Amino acid sequence: MKPLVLALRQRPDQRLDLSALVPNRLAGKSVAEIEHTDLSTSRHRVDVGDVFRVRAGSAEQIRFEGACDRLDLIGHGMTRGEIIVEGDVGAKAGRLMNGGRLVIHGDAGPWAASGMQAGHLEITGSVGDRLGGPLAGETAGMRGGVVLVGGDAGERAGDRLRRGTIIIQGVAGPYAGSRMLAGTLIVRRAAGVLPGYLMRRGTIICGAPDTVLSPTFVDCGIHHLIAMRLLAAFVRSYNKQAASILDRPLRRFAGDMAALGKGEIFCPA
Amino acid sequence: MTVKGVRVDDTFAEAFGMRATALIITADTAAWAMQAALTMTGYATSVIGCGAEAGVDRGLTPKETPDGRFGVRVLLFAVSTSELQKQLQGRVGQCVLTSPGSACYAGLDGAERLKLGNAIRYFGDGWQISKRFGGRHYWRIPVMDGEFLCEATTGLSKGGVGGGNLLIMGKSASATLQATEAAVKAIRAVPDVIMPFPGGIARSGSKVGSKYKTLRASTNDAYCPTLRGAATTALDPDVASVLEIVIDGLSPDAVATAMRAGLAAVLRRGAAHGVVRVSAGNYGGKLGPHHFHLKELLP
Repeated sequence: MKPLVLALRQRPDQRLDLSALVPNRLAGKSVAEIEHTDLSTSRHRVDVGDVFRVRAGSAEQIRFEGACDRLDLIGHGMTRGEIIVEGDVGAKAGRLMNGGRLVIHGDAGPWAASGMQAGHLEITGSVGDRLGGPLAGETAGMRGGVVLVGGDAGERAGDRLRRGTIIIQGVAGPYAGSRMLAGTLIVRRAAGVLPGYLMRRGTIICGAPDTVLSPTFVDCGIHHLIAMRLLAAFVRSYNKQAASILDRPLRRFAGDMAALGKGEIFCPA
Repeated sequence: MTVKGVRVDDTFAEAFGMRATALIITADTAAWAMQAALTMTGYATSVIGCGAEAGVDRGLTPKETPDGRFGVRVLLFAVSTSELQKQLQGRVGQCVLTSPGSACYAGLDGAERLKLGNAIRYFGDGWQISKRFGGRHYWRIPVMDGEFLCEATTGLSKGGVGGGNLLIMGKSASATLQATEAAVKAIRAVPDVIMPFPGGIARSGSKVGSKYKTLRASTNDAYCPTLRGAATTALDPDVASVLEIVIDGLSPDAVATAMRAGLAAVLRRGAAHGVVRVSAGNYGGKLGPHHFHLKELLP
């Protein structure tokens, strides 16, 4: 089955809203109809055909070629199928995703996976601030699914995470897992200052032993928990190195005692 | 009919539909996993008096368990979903949660679910932690040796079958016991079945009702060798002892396979080892929907 290919002609003059270009919204549309889809975010209308060369194929598998950081909302609200992106993307990639698979071979901007509910989002490069986080006025961030970041993450990765798993293979910026409500955030290398800031519940795993924690986290000692073995088995299917952190005894810190205090941060013993 | 000198009655075992579920219990060692499983399945020989029938299906290697430790698969049967839920909750809470190093997982898939960790998480007194990943939901309950990890739910099967059985008769008590033990050993290799009585064997087969109004079941006098002559007997003069194997399974096929394996093991010993006759218990075929005819199960 050939994928539907959208090859970027040139870097667009304005930021583009690609939320219409997901399998569940393109199903049954002809190439002409797709080419007339409005992507503009300013007074000047820009259609798909103006910026992309479209090659017909199944809308269940969409391939973006030559993407750039002006392409926002890729995979927004997708419920099924697969989107593969070659290149960087802009803000809110995978926002409100509720199924399917989105793979970005490049970097992603802020608020990737924001409000994501289900599905699989993989970013091979680095990602901006507030990965999985809520937009202003929203009470919860990501609510399900799996996010895999191959590079680094910006500030507040996993902000107000409600459910789901985020795996960051590089380093995370300050306040990773801030205000977490539940869910699991794994940072394979170092997390910036104050991970888990004001977290209520949930689990953060930091791969570096010298993570600077808030004094409002209390040391619960070193443990080798069965839950970590299960999590390791789950993570191994995405990233073996991240899973290896979980295979050994870890020091557990409970917090943030400045909030509800039922969250936890695990660090190498 | 006669096979290797053993008379096989032209009769059938009559079995009933039951609600069933399965669990996987793991621990740091195979011995502790089995200890938790045996404790949980204790006092679960008959729904008549115990509320549930339960037993060990099989031991599991670390490769077969969710957490990579030694494990045991346990089956639990009851007459209703509510009773099964009650028994599951009580037995896991009292016998698995309490066992050192244990963890407990769903042993059965399916759309219909029974509460497992969802029912006993409150033991954590607010410190319990919910974790969802890989399509599974677990509860982590803090306990004195670390954490008790328990899957939130397990599958419910409405296709369970209870009451498959074999009656094995011999020339002496020891010959009968040895033949029945051989059958139990053969049946243990069959997946998805349990034999809920001690060591898989019941020596006190029962009939429905009693002369005493308070009893729902009483001794099966027709099969008691000491009552031969005093009561209406179903025993031949050469039968000195009768033992019964009761089999519960997750499906009629599983029960039939188990009965076939047990029957073959008994007949392999033959009359040379003191086996005289094999029969099966039924209620005339009017009560239970599943009829397992011995002649169809012959090797």
